[in-house]
Amino acid sequence: MGLLRVRRRGAYGVSGGLDEPEDRLRRFATIWSRAVFPVTATSSTRPEFEAQLLPLARRLSDALKARSFDADEGKAVGAALVGVHCTDPEALSRSLDCVDAYLVLYCGGDGDQEDLRARSARLQHAMAAGYAQALRARTLAEQEAISAAALKAQGVVAQALHATEARFRAVFEGAAIGIGIADLDGNILQVNGALLRMFGVSGQTMQTRNVLDWTHPEDAPQTWKLYEELVRGEREHYHLEKAFYRPDGTVLWTNLTVSLLRDADGAPQYQLALMEDTTERRLLNLRLRYEATHDALTGLPNRTFFFERLEKALAAGEGQRFGLCYLDLDGFKTVNDSLGHAAGDRLLVEVADRLQSCATRPGEMVARLGGDEFVALTTGPDTERQVDELASRIMNALLAPISVDGRELTVRGSIGVVEGPAGERSAAEVLRSADITMYRAKSAGGNRFELADPEADARAITRHGLTTALPTALDRGEFFIEYQPLVHLGDGSVRGAEALVRWLHPQHGILGPDRFIPLAEHTGLIVPLGRWVLEQSVRQARAWRERYHDGGPLRINVNLSPCQLTHPGLVQDTVDILERAGVQPDALCLEVTESALIGADDALLKPLRRLAEMGVDIALDDFGTGYSNLANLRRLPVSVLKLDRSFTQSMQRFPADPVDLKIVEGIVSLAHSLDLAVTVEGVETGAQAEQLRILGCDTAQGWYYARPGPPDRLHELALVDATG
Amino acid sequence: MERPAWAPRNIDISVPSVSRIYDYYLGGSYNFEVDREAARKAMEFMPGLPKIMQANRAFMRRAVRFAVGEGVTQFLDIGSGIPTFGSVHEVARAADPAARVVYVDHDPVAVAHSEAVLAGDEGTGVVAADLRKPQEILASSEFERLIDLNRPVALLLVAILHFVEDEDDPYGAVAELRDALPPGSMLVLTHASYEGIPLSEERAKGTVDVYEDIRNPLIMRTRDGIARFFEGYDMVEPGLVPMPLWRPDTAPEDDDRWAFSGFAGVGRTA
Repeated sequence: MGLLRVRRRGAYGVSGGLDEPEDRLRRFATIWSRAVFPVTATSSTRPEFEAQLLPLARRLSDALKARSFDADEGKAVGAALVGVHCTDPEALSRSLDCVDAYLVLYCGGDGDQEDLRARSARLQHAMAAGYAQALRARTLAEQEAISAAALKAQGVVAQALHATEARFRAVFEGAAIGIGIADLDGNILQVNGALLRMFGVSGQTMQTRNVLDWTHPEDAPQTWKLYEELVRGEREHYHLEKAFYRPDGTVLWTNLTVSLLRDADGAPQYQLALMEDTTERRLLNLRLRYEATHDALTGLPNRTFFFERLEKALAAGEGQRFGLCYLDLDGFKTVNDSLGHAAGDRLLVEVADRLQSCATRPGEMVARLGGDEFVALTTGPDTERQVDELASRIMNALLAPISVDGRELTVRGSIGVVEGPAGERSAAEVLRSADITMYRAKSAGGNRFELADPEADARAITRHGLTTALPTALDRGEFFIEYQPLVHLGDGSVRGAEALVRWLHPQHGILGPDRFIPLAEHTGLIVPLGRWVLEQSVRQARAWRERYHDGGPLRINVNLSPCQLTHPGLVQDTVDILERAGVQPDALCLEVTESALIGADDALLKPLRRLAEMGVDIALDDFGTGYSNLANLRRLPVSVLKLDRSFTQSMQRFPADPVDLKIVEGIVSLAHSLDLAVTVEGVETGAQAEQLRILGCDTAQGWYYARPGPPDRLHELALVDATG
Repeated sequence: MERPAWAPRNIDISVPSVSRIYDYYLGGSYNFEVDREAARKAMEFMPGLPKIMQANRAFMRRAVRFAVGEGVTQFLDIGSGIPTFGSVHEVARAADPAARVVYVDHDPVAVAHSEAVLAGDEGTGVVAADLRKPQEILASSEFERLIDLNRPVALLLVAILHFVEDEDDPYGAVAELRDALPPGSMLVLTHASYEGIPLSEERAKGTVDVYEDIRNPLIMRTRDGIARFFEGYDMVEPGLVPMPLWRPDTAPEDDDRWAFSGFAGVGRTA
């Protein structure tokens, strides 16, 4: 049997198989869902939504037909509507319409229509109430939830913000760099501890300050220009070195970086300053520079610094001049050697102080070049006068003795003064000139100042050069000897020769004794040089003797310098040389200048006496040129007088000066009465020679007979009749 | 001025948020007056916005069910917003109770709310991160806890890519995520577009301007532009289509015409 559709009593004749209450309920639910679905936001499909409404429809249907009516069922349905996300009140409206139109129709059944309609109405009211309540509760709950979420999120952010704020604060406060924030009017808003410490002020003081207060004379011109640009928003940042005053008066140097802070819309808002304290570094740099340019012992500017200044002075413009005093202390080496270097240093410090006080004019500068050498510089248009005054001041400053280790030391100086216009010479040239000029002052005896003189300088350079080259020259055999014959005026025979030393200088060529003997005397090299000359000459004498043993004995004349006279080894050396050469003492004649023996005491004469006793002849050279004590002549162990050429020069002409003739005659007479032979130098003409012979001179020497020359020439001369 | 990376975003609830606006479209009350005001303004130009949102969620339900049906039970929902109702985990769990979901959003309020709602649920997690920084998502503890990279993952980018500007390289971010997930993983995506909107572009632009004003510009890409996100994926039938046309449960003719705005699609890697 098939499924019978039973027509229920009371069912309305609605179209298509809706006889079952269940079917009618479903139909109602479908209509309801169709009405409401367009105004819901549910993600369910309509059929799914319908399935969600079905239980609600069932509740309404049951409530409608229940024995005892419970309006609360409607409330529950209304609330459930909200539960299925019908949050738009339009959904309620449509639901109520639906219930109103179709609930009784589809779900009423057989009951009293009046009654059912009344129940439907009450259910609608209840639905509305339930919906409103539920929606309100849901809305409030959701609002509550979202507010809580927002608050929590803010809390999280606040925490994060707090953490970042804490981080920022740590950076801000803990930074070793000074950080400050100000508004664009310059009002200080916030600074960190490092900045307060750098400035040496308290936080309160800082708060009252304005950035514009902090000008400093050392500010570079663009400092405030850059600042203006930044606060106007035209510049994003700038970086420079800036100095600030501290309340204690000291200066704070900083590497300053200022940045512009803009707000979220890009408008300029604040200025941020970062400051690194460079005061120490600057000081260090200054100290390093000081140490690099100042002498450690005396505190005076050193060579480097001095050269800088000198070069600047020499590069100065038109009309500018310079003046330089180059000071060398006389005898400083002695102090060092006798009292020690500590005392020497103390001396230098005292000298430096005194010199410093001499640099009184602006632009004057005193420096220590090294050792005991100092230099003072003056500049300006009037240095000719200034440098003179400066040199005098220096000389004066050294007058007073210096107290060192309880001793009073007398210090003197030699000063070379150079003065001239700027722009002509280099610093090296100027200093060289000053050095040489100082050297001239020293050679002249010290304790004076000399002015630079190009010619004198040139000679001094040479003399200096020669002096320093002497010892080497001797070692290298650059010296040689020329011999000038001594001729007997009576018979014209060659009796001997004078040994004359020359120097074949690699640069200067042949230099005569006048060029280097004084230098050798100055340095004491005369002793070894003299010994060498003596050696050579004596050997040569022996050579001649062996060659011309048939002739008369030939004598060698060797010059002796005052230095050699005082040398303790003179006698012994001479004896040794004679013995080594195997030559008798009487073959040697030592020539000593008259001036060397003036005022000679016994001590000086002793070696000569001894030599004379041995048989060596002593000749008094350049006789007549010094103020001799004639009475003393008897005491001297001399056997020959060599007459200076100045007496006999006039006799080269005819007629000779009669006064000269008389003087020579007188000298010859004097000499002969003392048993002294007379030799004349510088004989250049035959007439002169004849005249001298007539006057009674014994031997002669001069170009008339022969110029000084190599030893072989003597051989020829000896064979020639010299009177021809 | 560039906001430094360590500075948290401001929670300024006087500024409308797109998640809260979205919630309002869907009839929720998880929103403030400013959100509602913005939503109302947007709806002046496009009155059908709520319907678009509804279609969005309906598509998402179908896509999630499809994924579970294909054996994918791990979900990464980026830009999850405020869990209004019918959220991913509810839908997924209805099909497979073991389904796991990681929700990601960069809106701190949305994250806070989701955390509150999901508190105690071991199968879900919430991450505060930004789609533009995929590494932060992948490295998060919630991702590591819930996602097993030996099994495929469904990446949900529903109604979010149209909030990411080209200069933030959304294509790069999507590619990075694609490469980080195992083969067989899916991409589920919806994207707004002028195409399909039953209005002139001029009028629709009004809505775009509203979003511009609240500093969450709406980027209306073309279909081709949207299709580019699926590079490296094989498209699941029917491909990239208007939302109601993607494997509908009911006849699409029933759907509101607004629902056909924009595009939706699912892709899978081999």
